[in-house]
Amino acid sequence: MNISENTYLQEENSFFAGVRDCLPTVLGYLSIGFAAGVVEKTAGLSIVEIGLISLLLYAGSGQFIAAAMIGANSPALAIIFTIFFINLRHLLMSAAISPYFRHLTPSRNILIGSLLTDETFGVAMNEAANKKRLSEKWMHGLNVTAYLNWFIANIAGGFFGEWISNPERFGLDFALPGMFIGLLVLQMASRKKWMKDVLVAISAVAIVVGVSFVASGSVGIIVATIIASTIGMAVEKWR
Amino acid sequence: MEVRWSIFLIIFGSALVTFIPRVLPIAILSRVDLPEWAMRWLSYVPISVMAALVGQELLMPNGKLEPLQNNLELIAALPAFLIAIVTRSLLGTVVVGILSIMVLRFMA
Repeated sequence: MNISENTYLQEENSFFAGVRDCLPTVLGYLSIGFAAGVVEKTAGLSIVEIGLISLLLYAGSGQFIAAAMIGANSPALAIIFTIFFINLRHLLMSAAISPYFRHLTPSRNILIGSLLTDETFGVAMNEAANKKRLSEKWMHGLNVTAYLNWFIANIAGGFFGEWISNPERFGLDFALPGMFIGLLVLQMASRKKWMKDVLVAISAVAIVVGVSFVASGSVGIIVATIIASTIGMAVEKWR
Repeated sequence: MEVRWSIFLIIFGSALVTFIPRVLPIAILSRVDLPEWAMRWLSYVPISVMAALVGQELLMPNGKLEPLQNNLELIAALPAFLIAIVTRSLLGTVVVGILSIMVLRFMA
């Protein structure tokens, strides 16, 4: 009985550890989610529709594009197809995180994957450094916190958006690149493969810029991730 | 305060095509023993994807390559990188980045 109580306590702690580890991303989510809510409102979505899109689609860049295309009266199929491409990068992140959840059944992994975002992926991969597996409860704590925060921010943007004319003046739009910078550096710091990682990172940046001349930004992210990871794999093999 | 059918279909459809790539690899690959080279490839995905996102946000903040001389985002990224490397704090990095861009835009 004692043992099971202990395990229970540990798992309980672990959920809240996930909540706590999500807190640094809250500011970023709030400002981007708020901006998404404003754009969705401007595109003519009702508050209920804003709530739905933030809960069902749950993807920053996807929601911005959806709002813009809905506002422009684009056909439904074109919108869905565009969002499929923009969010296809999740495929790579979901694959990269999968080795840490081998101890779970596929249905429980579906629950974890369904709330995967750029940010929760970044935080989770930092937590995974020097570990063989990630705690399911911890991941839920991280995911659910980010999810609720996103929903609240979207609704708030839909409600109060018209009163705040220029959020860029406060620099809040920089929360997103700021978060990606932090996640990138933390990831490198935990791996201690500085030379290879910097080479891979520079390749990814160069490729994403190069691809931008011939294709859209979301295609650039996918192409850059695939080629830069291959460079990393090859360099590690030759050494 | 209503949900229109046309909008619901768009939301539902885009949610579905987002959901599938999110869950398929983690549900399937966690069941399979991947070869060593594949694991090594996957271990570089976090660095690659974060670096690509950083590059896109900093160098192409408006969707296309921004001329260096008026790219404030790139300048604001320097203190953010510094704080990230020194403190290893995600929150600190975000806050310093926001403060930097705020000051830069105020001066510009």
